[in-house]
Amino acid sequence: MIIKGKVWKYGDDINTDVIYPGRYTYQLLSPEEMASHSMEDLDKEFVKKVGKGDIIAAGKNFGMGSSREQAAKCLKYSGITAIIAKSFSRIYFRNAINAGLLAITLPEHVGKIEEGDIIEINLEERKIKTPKGEFEIPQFPKEVIEILNDGGLIEHTKKIIRDGG
Amino acid sequence: MGKTFAEKIFSKKVGHDVSKNDIVTIIPDYVMSHDNSAAISKIFGELEVDKLYDPNMLIIILDHTVPASQVKYAVNHKIIRNFVKKYGIMHFYDLNSMGGICHQVLPEQGYALPGKIIVGSDSHTTTYGAFGAFSAGIGRSEAAVIWATGKIWLKVPESLKIIVKGKLKQGVSAKDIVLHIIGKIGADGALYQSVEFSGETIENMTIASRMVFTNMVAEMGAKNGYIAPDEKTFEFLKGRAVSNYEVIYPDEDAEYVDVLEFNVSDLDPQIAAPHTVDNVKPISEFEGKLFNQGLIGSCTNGRLEDLKEAAEILKGKKISENVRLLVFPASKEVYIQALEAGYLKIFMESGALVLNPGCGPCLGAHEGVLADGEVALSTTNRNFKGRMGSPDSEIYLASPATVAASAIEGKFTNVRKYVE
Ligand code: SF4
Repeated sequence: MIIKGKVWKYGDDINTDVIYPGRYTYQLLSPEEMASHSMEDLDKEFVKKVGKGDIIAAGKNFGMGSSREQAAKCLKYSGITAIIAKSFSRIYFRNAINAGLLAITLPEHVGKIEEGDIIEINLEERKIKTPKGEFEIPQFPKEVIEILNDGGLIEHTKKIIRDGG
Repeated sequence: MGKTFAEKIFSKKVGHDVSKNDIVTIIPDYVMSHDNSAAISKIFGELEVDKLYDPNMLIIILDHTVPASQVKYAVNHKIIRNFVKKYGIMHFYDLNSMGGICHQVLPEQGYALPGKIIVGSDSHTTTYGAFGAFSAGIGRSEAAVIWATGKIWLKVPESLKIIVKGKLKQGVSAKDIVLHIIGKIGADGALYQSVEFSGETIENMTIASRMVFTNMVAEMGAKNGYIAPDEKTFEFLKGRAVSNYEVIYPDEDAEYVDVLEFNVSDLDPQIAAPHTVDNVKPISEFEGKLFNQGLIGSCTNGRLEDLKEAAEILKGKKISENVRLLVFPASKEVYIQALEAGYLKIFMESGALVLNPGCGPCLGAHEGVLADGEVALSTTNRNFKGRMGSPDSEIYLASPATVAASAIEGKFTNVRKYVE
């Protein structure tokens, strides 16, 4: 999997209420509608400026708070393909992977990635190429790789069920 | 080398020795979901299986937007009721049963038991650790996959030990301690970790107070919380437990990422200021601050002892005409007990408004939302921007006693002057 995209930068402790506000959580919305509320309480411009294939770089504890899966899905539907952070809240990390959205923990180097950088993520080689150099992606557990390769938890599970697992 | 609680419970579950950071695939004892069961059922549909792995594994509770305040919530609830009927789900708590907030109902109805592994599509599923269970929040897709296959993969977490010592001053309670701890270690202070609480202060606490700790470990980023079951736990579970259970204690020589000790003898009432739960300072820094709405309730502080604490302060008094005070008991059981004890009457006579059991205003999706520029003082567990309504409102978190005393004065108040 190779992803190349433009970076949008956010700070520490970005919580799920600002990524996808609670007022939409118990409505069954379409992917387009979900995308339209992405980052609504944090960055009103986000939906306008984000393009397909873009990447978010953020500080520590990205996605803290609620277990709401829409906070991962809305970003995916808005075009984001990967989030690189100093650290992730654990449920958010799972939700992102399960949605087929790449979540990379890069504590040492994420600070060197700037807003507007065009960066390339190569999952097979476990490398991120940025204007400030090449960084190594930590090893994912094999369960995570399988889910990502199948395009998310649902597709992955369907495959297992089909194979009679 | 001994094992932590998390290492022990997963070793037992998989039938061989596992240690921190190992990945295990397990079949949990229960999978809990609430109003989001409608969304989960939709994902379940995508999996194209014709039956549930085990209908008795599911616990479904309607609590987040009850009773429905909008047509779309009503539709949501209808989808869930139909699903429950279609698949013969026994553990279902609708408005006509002994329901309430999911994290209160699971313990009350005897599902939250020592040694059980419970996952739930809600971040405060951690609460059941107060009974010696391993319980953690998961996403909706994961819940749907468990409904279909029974299985989930989990990483055995590293463990953090937090020891609490000292005797609390009058008017200071579990909420103040846990806010203080979160303020010290930060919103990611226990990221991915299993937090084991111990020490004399915790041992001397009621079950309800212990639940405040395991509920709020979610605000430290933890995967789960744990408090060793004791006589009080077994007493609480008597007549409630739906099955047998096996108590699991960590080994004395278990290995922790860190051991933190807090002495709380001098602790004053604490406040978490907007917009993060780790922005914690003592009440003295906020005294006199005006606010619009007080909230007493939620899965953090909506239990009988919380209502008692608040009612004792409000008894015979009126709240300030400049504030409104909403009280929402955590469950029907709590509601009935508070009714019988006369607390609900005290609230109503003081000028507060008692709402139905459920999540109420906690997540801004239902009732009691805030307008632009308004300030709330709340016993709930999150103060994120916009959580209770307008993104331009502010939420401060505190104990039930602090909210009650502040509501009388119409401004942030140190409850100590009411209890000394
Ligand atoms: S009371 Fe609040 S925190 Fe607790 S489950 Fe309900 S919405 Fe979540």
